[in-house]
Amino acid sequence: MKGTAMLEDFFTRAVIAGIGLALVTGPLGCFIVWRRMAYFGDTMAHSALLGVALSLVLQVNMTLGVFIIAAAVAGALLLLQRRQTLSTDALLGILSHSALAIGLVVAFLSGIRVDLMGFLFGDILAVSVTDIVVIYLGGLVILAVLAAMWRPLLAATVNAEVAEAEGMRPEVTRIVFMLLLASVIAIAMKIVGVLLITALLIIPAATARRLSATPEQMALISAGIGALAVAGGLFGSLRFDTPSGPSIVVAALVLFLISIALPVHLWRARREA
Amino acid sequence: MDVHRGHEVLVDVAGAGVRRDGRWLVEAVDVTIRKGEIVTLIGPNGSGKSTTAKLVTGVLKPDAGSVSRKSGLRIGYVPQKLSIDWTMPLTVRRLMSLTGSYPKAEIDAALAATGVVHLANAEVQHLSGGEFQRALLARAMIRKPDLLVLDEPVQGVDFSGEVALYDLIGQIRDETGCGILLISHDLHVVMAATDTVICLNGHVCCRGTPESVARSPEYLSLFGARAANALAVYQHHHDHTHLPDGRVEEADGRIVDAHEHVHEHDHEGHRHA
Repeated sequence: MKGTAMLEDFFTRAVIAGIGLALVTGPLGCFIVWRRMAYFGDTMAHSALLGVALSLVLQVNMTLGVFIIAAAVAGALLLLQRRQTLSTDALLGILSHSALAIGLVVAFLSGIRVDLMGFLFGDILAVSVTDIVVIYLGGLVILAVLAAMWRPLLAATVNAEVAEAEGMRPEVTRIVFMLLLASVIAIAMKIVGVLLITALLIIPAATARRLSATPEQMALISAGIGALAVAGGLFGSLRFDTPSGPSIVVAALVLFLISIALPVHLWRARREA
Repeated sequence: MDVHRGHEVLVDVAGAGVRRDGRWLVEAVDVTIRKGEIVTLIGPNGSGKSTTAKLVTGVLKPDAGSVSRKSGLRIGYVPQKLSIDWTMPLTVRRLMSLTGSYPKAEIDAALAATGVVHLANAEVQHLSGGEFQRALLARAMIRKPDLLVLDEPVQGVDFSGEVALYDLIGQIRDETGCGILLISHDLHVVMAATDTVICLNGHVCCRGTPESVARSPEYLSLFGARAANALAVYQHHHDHTHLPDGRVEEADGRIVDAHEHVHEHDHEGHRHA
């Protein structure tokens, strides 16, 4: 057992940072699930590794580098989709794996030693106070933009044609949403790592589905479940001495399985009545 | 159509064409919709009905010709396809405020007008085809639109439901005075309330009142002689009411089983197929 004071210190920071992140990925993740964009989120997260390699080579801020590359990959997908040559599925496969591979090749050529495990699974226990500030300020901006464009984004998600015919601009909301996604990936990258970002985006949202009666409820419940998964996963990793990032995902999975097992339809029927 | 000649023009599509991949989806289409007028587009599959509707709503821009809308035109749109992913918890009530927010009383009134107020708290994924179309109609109506665009509003609805929906659409026009653009794949029933029928086949092949279109040689050559008898002008008289339990109340107040009841409205031109 290490010194209790120090332990509490980095552990508390990890919990605060993780919960801040979950509050953002919860509502954003709902749109990923509703729009069937899980693979897209994955692709953007994979491209983050290329962002890391390039920012190390060019010596720019890593969060900024990851954001630019993730946004560029999203833009590339939008352009390729317009040409309608390959299915979106195949395009995502090409973008996802090539961005990941180019990232590794660039890192190797420039002689930079990239701690692959670190970027794949993150190191939430190494979170600094500055990181927490970035997470909460960035998260607040992301949530504010999401709240401001909630109605048009939801309308465009249900049916883009209806939204456009009735005076909204679904193309614009879609691009803004992708930029929000790129931002959260850039912020989350260092904390939960590439592979776990999509997990935090998708699993809490999927868990919230059966507990919610409206899209707004689902977004809030999803944020709560994400926070619960972070806290549960971190306490579990402390208790069982397991790696923190994967433990958070395992905790999220456990909550998901519980939500499936619960006879929630009875509970919801009562609440709606 | 003459009745509406002096009325304000809501949308004027003049010589418009849409070109995709070197092929004209529609060419030289003229459609004018005035306040209080019901215009029905008919035509075979792939004849450009939905494309024309999208020109009217502004979802598609014309590659030739022009589309002008009354400034500030408010459109209510019921698209041909609207599938709501199971992952989105959406009640009928929440669907109503998809593109704008309305007080509860207004939502209830719109749902009552289309006869689905009892389903306000039901999830949209659980509705039958007819119930869902009625909910969509209520949603388009609540905007108090100048123009309702209904792309095959009776799909997935059985024959008696179809008749009731057409009645409802005519009633909405009479009560609100909005213009209506109706698209029908169904050549067998074009309701009597229609002022102008436009028959499309990549271009406008003929237009006029339902009766004149049914007799026009262009219509006959497009749909064949068999269809000539099939274009029924739906004219019925409200001499009976179908009760929810399947029985029928006759005009003189007698309640009879459905099989004893005889539909006496005009069967000359159509079959109940």
